Amino acid sequence: MTTPEIPQRSWSQRWHVKGVGWTALLVALLVGSSKMTGVDVGMFFSNFDQFTNLLVRMSQPAWSYVPIIIQPLYETIQMAILGTTIGTVFAVPFAVLAASNLVHNQWLRGIIRLILDLVRTLPDLLLAAIFVAIFGIGSTAGVITLAIFSFGMISKLFYEVIETIDMGPLEAMESVGASKVTIIWYAVLPQIMNQFVSYFLYTLEINVRASTVLGYLGAGGIGVFLQRSLSEFDYNKTAVIILAMLVVVMVIDGVSNHLRRVLL
Amino acid sequence: MDQQPIISFKNVNKIYNNGTVGLKDINFDIPRGEFLVVVGLSGAGKSTLLRTINRMHEISSGEITIEDEPISSYKGQSLRLLRRKIGMIFQDFNLIKRSTVQRNVLSGRVSYYPTWKSVLNLFSAADKDRAIRALERVNLTEKLYTRADELSGGQQQRVAIARTLMQDPKVILADEPVASLDPLTTQTVMDILKRLNQEDGITVIVNLHSVALARQYADRIVGLRAGAVVYDKEIADVTEADLTKIYQTA
Repeated sequence: MTTPEIPQRSWSQRWHVKGVGWTALLVALLVGSSKMTGVDVGMFFSNFDQFTNLLVRMSQPAWSYVPIIIQPLYETIQMAILGTTIGTVFAVPFAVLAASNLVHNQWLRGIIRLILDLVRTLPDLLLAAIFVAIFGIGSTAGVITLAIFSFGMISKLFYEVIETIDMGPLEAMESVGASKVTIIWYAVLPQIMNQFVSYFLYTLEINVRASTVLGYLGAGGIGVFLQRSLSEFDYNKTAVIILAMLVVVMVIDGVSNHLRRVLL
Repeated sequence: MDQQPIISFKNVNKIYNNGTVGLKDINFDIPRGEFLVVVGLSGAGKSTLLRTINRMHEISSGEITIEDEPISSYKGQSLRLLRRKIGMIFQDFNLIKRSTVQRNVLSGRVSYYPTWKSVLNLFSAADKDRAIRALERVNLTEKLYTRADELSGGQQQRVAIARTLMQDPKVILADEPVASLDPLTTQTVMDILKRLNQEDGITVIVNLHSVALARQYADRIVGLRAGAVVYDKEIADVTEADLTKIYQTA
């Protein structure tokens, strides 16, 4: 019996030069950037008691505060739903036009992606400040900010999903003589629907949190109350707000899990 | 009998952008109502040849005519109307897996509707009935409301044939329709194609790599090698020795 000839691994394969090299580079970059930006990791541990102190002061949630924040919390959720929905409606056509497997015209795709990059570049706080200046203090500014923020985020998530679909059904619909829109409707949408829903709800969850921050700038919702409780050092009220938010996020998460299972 | 060929290749060449030759000087006619089987090794150009007929692939030179009309000038609406009369069956069935059988079959009819009606699912009662009759021909009416991904491979291919029937096609192109199927379902699917050919007079062009199947079903066998037609005979004249030659590499 002859032994089968096994190909020799090269020297770099045997010593995993690539893996080791990338790891070393990554560690060097991390250490380097913390040095250059002056981040003092030690301070995190030496000042840890400040943090525990804060936790202690939040440890007795002021439950009597709950009825007061129900209404603004409600408003926050409404803002988030409105903003996410408006953003998604505009994101879908952009996502289709940005997907490389649907649009073969590089120029069109390039321009669409440039627009999307630009939208994602604008920080939501800047947008909120601008829209508060335009529409005045209130939830209109908040909704528009969230809509633009969702649009940027969802269109990117969506076109990346579209690019992973099975192209077979599209070929079949093309061979049937279907128009472009019909092809997308019949062969693309069913393949991505459950991921669309899950990304939509994820964005909604982010928006519920974001809208609390926007409240700082006067863009309505529960953020106003969060800011008030913090500036009054009334941490037991802050704790109630955070717990209320947690409940909302958990509910969205539950709905998301359920819908994904149903739509699979 | 109609002597005019339904499809005609004249000096057709296809060269891919990277310089690979896809098709080399193809010249032949396909008479109306023929069951033509194209055989050849993988990469011989069978799929390319098939897809030039419904313009899923473009040719580099020459001309293909269907019912005496050159097809190279079609675009937009006229191209969609060309594709409507040419059904296509694929190796991987290409059904929309998360949709029901009914929706998959009806999707074969969309070219008869304006886009907005297709999108809103506004199919006429007559067409819903047509879908049931199409499923009847492939023996799958009981699966009407089943999701496509719950069906076996053979069943999926039969749904794909029903989808094609919705187009009311004059030609059916089948690209390796049984390559993913077991021997038993292979016979079922090939039998259905043969029946459509004989009962409805649909011209059927099938790519196969099984010589035995080709001999069993074809009226005529065309052999491709390196993009060129190296063999073309009526089934009565085909010999085993001929076919082994097509599959020789050099």
